Order: sequence, then structure tokens, then C-alpha cells
Amino acid sequence: MKKQNHDKLKKDFRSFYKVLMIACASIGVFVVALMYLIKNPDVSIFKSSEPNSEIVAVPVEEEGLDKVENGIHVRTGFVEAPGMMETVQNCTNCHSAKLVIQNRMNKERWKSTIKWMQETQNLWDLGKNEDIIIDYLVTNYPPQKKGRREVLSNIDWYELKD
Amino acid sequence: MQRRKFIGKAALASLASIVGADIVYGSKMAENYIPLALQDPDPFKLFNKDKEMVVLNDKPWNMEAQAHLLDDKITPNKYIFVRNNGLIPEEIDVNNWTLTIDGESVKEKKTYTLDELKSKFKQHTYQLTLECGGNGRSEFDPPAKGNQWTIGAVYCASWTGIRLRDVLEDVGIKDDAVYFGYHAADIHLSRDPAKEPISRGAPMAKALQDETILAFKMNGEDIPLAHGYPLRVVAGGWPASVSGKWLQRISIRNIVHDGTKMTGTAYRVPCKPVAPGSKVADEDMCIIESMPVKSLITYPKSGATISKGKTLTIRGHAWAGELQVAKMEYSIDFGATWKTCMLDKPANRLAWQHFSADVDFPQEGYYEVWAKATDSNGVAQPMLLPGWNPKGYLNNACHRIAVKIA
Repeated sequence: MKKQNHDKLKKDFRSFYKVLMIACASIGVFVVALMYLIKNPDVSIFKSSEPNSEIVAVPVEEEGLDKVENGIHVRTGFVEAPGMMETVQNCTNCHSAKLVIQNRMNKERWKSTIKWMQETQNLWDLGKNEDIIIDYLVTNYPPQKKGRREVLSNIDWYELKD
Repeated sequence: MQRRKFIGKAALASLASIVGADIVYGSKMAENYIPLALQDPDPFKLFNKDKEMVVLNDKPWNMEAQAHLLDDKITPNKYIFVRNNGLIPEEIDVNNWTLTIDGESVKEKKTYTLDELKSKFKQHTYQLTLECGGNGRSEFDPPAKGNQWTIGAVYCASWTGIRLRDVLEDVGIKDDAVYFGYHAADIHLSRDPAKEPISRGAPMAKALQDETILAFKMNGEDIPLAHGYPLRVVAGGWPASVSGKWLQRISIRNIVHDGTKMTGTAYRVPCKPVAPGSKVADEDMCIIESMPVKSLITYPKSGATISKGKTLTIRGHAWAGELQVAKMEYSIDFGATWKTCMLDKPANRLAWQHFSADVDFPQEGYYEVWAKATDSNGVAQPMLLPGWNPKGYLNNACHRIAVKIA
């Protein structure tokens, strides 16, 4: 009696297993097919007659994206030096590079500025890039001594008529 | 649905490849929004500004004038500096624009349409001087953090609007009111909708002044978009950040308003003087209220060469925050001697005052004409930089121009 029950259980389990396998396989096929369709939205079964107007056409010179001219990264104005791309990638998403270049700070103040941006401005964790970026900034944009009042410079002389 | 999402992401990815980085909060971008990087990159056209204006920052937009551009008695839009803490609102529905007055110290929250504000309350027009708290920051040593304004973040336009006081009287304000704080439609740089780029204000005494207005016209026309269309606060004589643009809500607070850029070190200076480069704790920083006495020589442009024996007429403007300018002087010998300028009375309280002088030079050579204003309390502009402060505010050092006699 006991053995009979056991055999029945075994048999039931086997048929359940079969059903499960078939179900999994069909889901797998479905997923693969779906992924193919997502990646190739123009495949015939979903193809609609309307023109594909949602793709944004933008005039770009891809190759000019990170062009450097005379040691200056054209797109951002950053000086080309070690750490520049890390700085471009992490420091120009929310604000312009112009805000970075205008500011002259030492290591400690850049660190606290980054901390402030992380605490209040949604800047992400910079990880190992933090030191690379700070080194880039203090090396290429060091604070300049101005004293209590600077001499007038870059005077554009012109003749004043009456 | 799936397909649309995919294409949306593909478009963002291609944008990212142009912009050269991932577009943070790209998923939150409005469908019709064209990222700034792809907008008309000519800010002069974008904001109707003169080509001689100087762009300090293009995200967010910050642009300043040069001294000689500010020669008009009432500054036209093309010479008005642009200061943004966030992104300029992308969609302004002027027909459904409302102003809500709320906060702990209103008897009852109340909302007005633009038409109600314009028709219900008496309109006033004032010339009001607005200067960025950080104007002159570029001269501080050690350098201070932020946009490096030189001298051009100031102007005096003619503003038309209604008194904030009249609106608050209509709403009903409780006796415990301490401060007003504005809330506006601009967008945080991170595009996080939960964050406000700036939300400042002033004590009730400033809110209740005749000249503190909710303006809808500048120089007789709709306020330009970059300057706060369709409604803004104008509180002359205080850091221009008190004059909130794109105004949607004013909270009447029973505490000092604690909105973005009211706390920490923003628009604050050390309560007690500190040595240059000092670290100052947040609790030792005090909110800037009235701006200090200051002046600009707007004619001639620096660098004028004139022939010997000719008299040079100089002119410009002077202002003194909440106060009036009492005396205006110039020096051509680096402050050794000073001569008095002609000085006009202000068109109204908090308007800048115009000055002029005829200057004679004793012999050929290089000169600097320095200008110095003194306010009605007898406080004058320093020739050197005033007290250093961590954020580089309130530089009211004398302005000077170079002149050569040939």
C-alpha cells in the first residue's frame, strides 16, 4: 500500500515536471522573440504604416565631440591635461564648464565644494575620480594672487573725440 | 508602448553622445524640451542682449554688463545682467498663471490670477536699483567661489507693478509674521522637481515698503523672460536675489525664511570681520540686507586718449542700498585729493542717482579717474577691497577708468 502511494507520487511529480519544463521553454521562446522585436522594431508583424517620426534627428559632428585645439577641449574650454575627461564627464552635466573654469580653489576647498554638491545638488559619488578631478583642477586652475587691488590691465586704448 | 520607450531612450542616448555625457535625469525631460546644449547657442539673440555683454556661464545662464554699457539713466534690457541659479522656466502659461500667498502667518491662504492682481490693486511705477550680492566677486583674494562678476551685475530699470503690502493686506497677515519667502517656476540644475534653485525673501519691514512691488512690467513692457516674466518681486537696494523671478507663491513665515539660498553661507557674510581666507562656521554667517554705497563711471569708457588742454566730462551713477547717496567725488591722483561731482537726487527712493564732473588734467601722461560715493550716513566706498568674506559678496570698492593725455 505504502509503495503504491509512493509510485503514484513519483508519477505525478514526473508529469508536473514535464508541464513545468514546457511552460519554461515557451516563456523562454516568447522572451527571446520579444527581445528581438524590441531591438528590431521594424520587423514585419509590428510594422505600422506611419513614418517613424519619433527618432530625433540632430545635426552633429560626432568626430568633433572631444576635439582639442591648441591644448583646449573645444566643447568645454577645459585645458587638455591628465584628468580632463574625468572632469568633463562628472562636472559638466548639471552646470557649464565655465562655472568650473571661473573658480580658483585649493584642494581642500574643491573637496568641500564637491561635498556640498553631493549633499545638496544631487552630485553622485565620484569614487576614484574625485582625486583625479581635484588634481586636474588645482594643477591647471590654481588660485592667483591678486592682492588688495589689482592694476588696471587689458586697457583698450582709443581716441576720445569731443 | 514598449517601442516608444525604446526609441525615447535611443534618442536620449544619441543626445548623450552629442552632449558628451549621460543626460542626468534624462527620463524626467519633458517631451518637447530641447536640451540647452541644442538650443540656439547665441545668448545675445536668446535674451536680446548687446554683443558687448559678457557671458560668465551658459548653464545656468549668467551674463554681465561692462561699465560703459550702463550709461543710460534707465537701463534698457540689452544691457541688463542675467543671473540665474537654475534653469529658466520652459513653459509659461500666462493665461493660467496664479500667485498664491500662504505660510504660517497668513490668516487664510489666497490665490490670485494675473488679471486679478492687475485689476484689483493700484499700480505703481518706480526706478529701482538691483545689484547682485556677488557683484565684484572677481577681485577677492583668496578668490571666492561662484560666478566671477566684475562690475556689471547692477542696473536700474523702471518697474511697474503692485505693492506687496497691498496684496498682503487683502490676504490678512497675523501679528507673528517675520519674513516673506518667494517660490518660483525656475528649474533646479539637476532637474530634480523636488528641489528649488532659489527661494529667498526679506523681513516683513522690507515687504511692507512702498517700493517693494510685484512687477509685471519692466521699462513699460512685459518683463523679458530672463528677467522673470510674467511676474516677479522687485525689492530695490537689497541683493537682487531677494527679487524673485517667475513668481508663483509667497509664503509669509513666522520664522526667518529657510528656503534654498537663505541658509548656510549663501548671501551671507561673516557677522564679525574675518581675516582673508578664514573658515567661517555657518552659524557665524549673517544674512545680507541692504547693499552698500557704490558708484560706476559709465562715461567715458576706460582707455580714452584725449589731447592736452581738453576738459573731460565724466558721468555715471551712484546708489546706496536702502540709503541715499549724499556726496559724489572723483580723484585723478589715486585718492590724494578729491573733487566734488554734480549729483542728482534719485527719481524716487532706491533709484540710482546720476553724477557728472568736468575733469582737467595738469599735464600729459597716464591717469586713472577714481569715483567715490558717500551715503547719507557718511559711509564712503573704500579704495581697496572691503572686508574679505568666504563667498565674495559686497565688493563696493571705488570704480576707476584709465585715461591718457597725449
